[in-house]
Amino acid sequence: MRQIIYFIKKFRYFLLFIVLETLAFIVIVHDYSFQQSKFVNSANSITGGVYNKVNAISAFFYLKKDNQLLSEENVRLKNLLEEKENKFVLDSFTVIDSSQYFQKYNYSVAKIINNNFTKRNNFLTINKGARHGLAPDLGVINSKGIIGVIKNVSSNYATVLSLLNTNSKINVRLKNSNHFGTLVWDGKDYNISQIIDIPRQALVKEGDTIITGGKSAIFPEGISVGVVKDFKYEHNKYQIINILLFNDMSAISEVQIVKNLHKDEQITLEQRVVNE
Amino acid sequence: MVYIAWVFLYPVKKTRSLFLVLSFLLGISIDFFSDSGGVNAFAITFIAYFRLPILMAVLRKSDLDYTQFNLKMLSVNRIVLFISILTIIHHFIVFSLEYFSFREFLNIITNTVLTSIFTILISFLGITLFTKKNR
Repeated sequence: MRQIIYFIKKFRYFLLFIVLETLAFIVIVHDYSFQQSKFVNSANSITGGVYNKVNAISAFFYLKKDNQLLSEENVRLKNLLEEKENKFVLDSFTVIDSSQYFQKYNYSVAKIINNNFTKRNNFLTINKGARHGLAPDLGVINSKGIIGVIKNVSSNYATVLSLLNTNSKINVRLKNSNHFGTLVWDGKDYNISQIIDIPRQALVKEGDTIITGGKSAIFPEGISVGVVKDFKYEHNKYQIINILLFNDMSAISEVQIVKNLHKDEQITLEQRVVNE
Repeated sequence: MVYIAWVFLYPVKKTRSLFLVLSFLLGISIDFFSDSGGVNAFAITFIAYFRLPILMAVLRKSDLDYTQFNLKMLSVNRIVLFISILTIIHHFIVFSLEYFSFREFLNIITNTVLTSIFTILISFLGITLFTKKNR
């Protein structure tokens, strides 16, 4: 017994070092497994509160740009509305049956209070949380395109797994054909993402628009992502397809949260097929 | 990642356990804000533990007068050497844990070197400009 106490006394500094390093390593390992609620993140009230304060000041300087973005989106939506009205005029016998009406997606606004884009695994923090009806695995978009998927929520804040994260995988497709692939990021340039798993018979050209595929139960179909910058076709398959993102991920502030109201229904149905 | 200047500037004392715990807390609070798991906590605890052996190696001494010691007393190239070794170790750990694959080894090295240059520059400037000279 005395030997043990002597040993601990002699090596207490080293033991403390080992204990602290193990603690840090456990946190790292926890962090690597997605889906698990992690302990160290910026969605808690202290860090979220600090980011909120900082953002309240810096947001003032981006007012002009935000206004411009909003008016651009307004124009786009007005054009859509105009198209729709014209359609109604053309086939004037359209019957709107409210019993068949259903809402699939629900949008809410939030504000980014912390943004990373220089690291390899980037996260954003937004100023809405569980109290505002957010939950993990909801999509985050803005007027120009997709931004990421919610990872963790606390009562007032949420962290978002950015597009610019090597763990991010989002279903996308070509706008002019229905061939789909997966959007990933290689961790190098924050303006450029990559698409993998595009089938070899798909025709890809430089400048093709990429939109979300709507197979993922997170994002609605048809949200713009970016355009094809360049690609390499070797050994009868697409090796690399680089995508220039529409969003400048270094300058985003107002975002919208997409909630798929039919998500559970879709997932349980798909699960049933798998289990059979 | 200039926050590691804490490790350079914390006075060298006999009671090193407190320093180790404080370094760990600093690292974990950086992690809280940057969503990086425990990567920074791991790295800063590591360099905090190996600070004294490295300092001894840089000074080529086996014993040190703890009460009298001050980083400013060293010559410029010794300070730079001391800072550089700790910074490069720290950044290498951070980037290798962040990438976590051998395939990205080249990326880890380039990132470590480039980030280290700026960290060393800024922390050296900070130390020379903002610490008191006691003579």
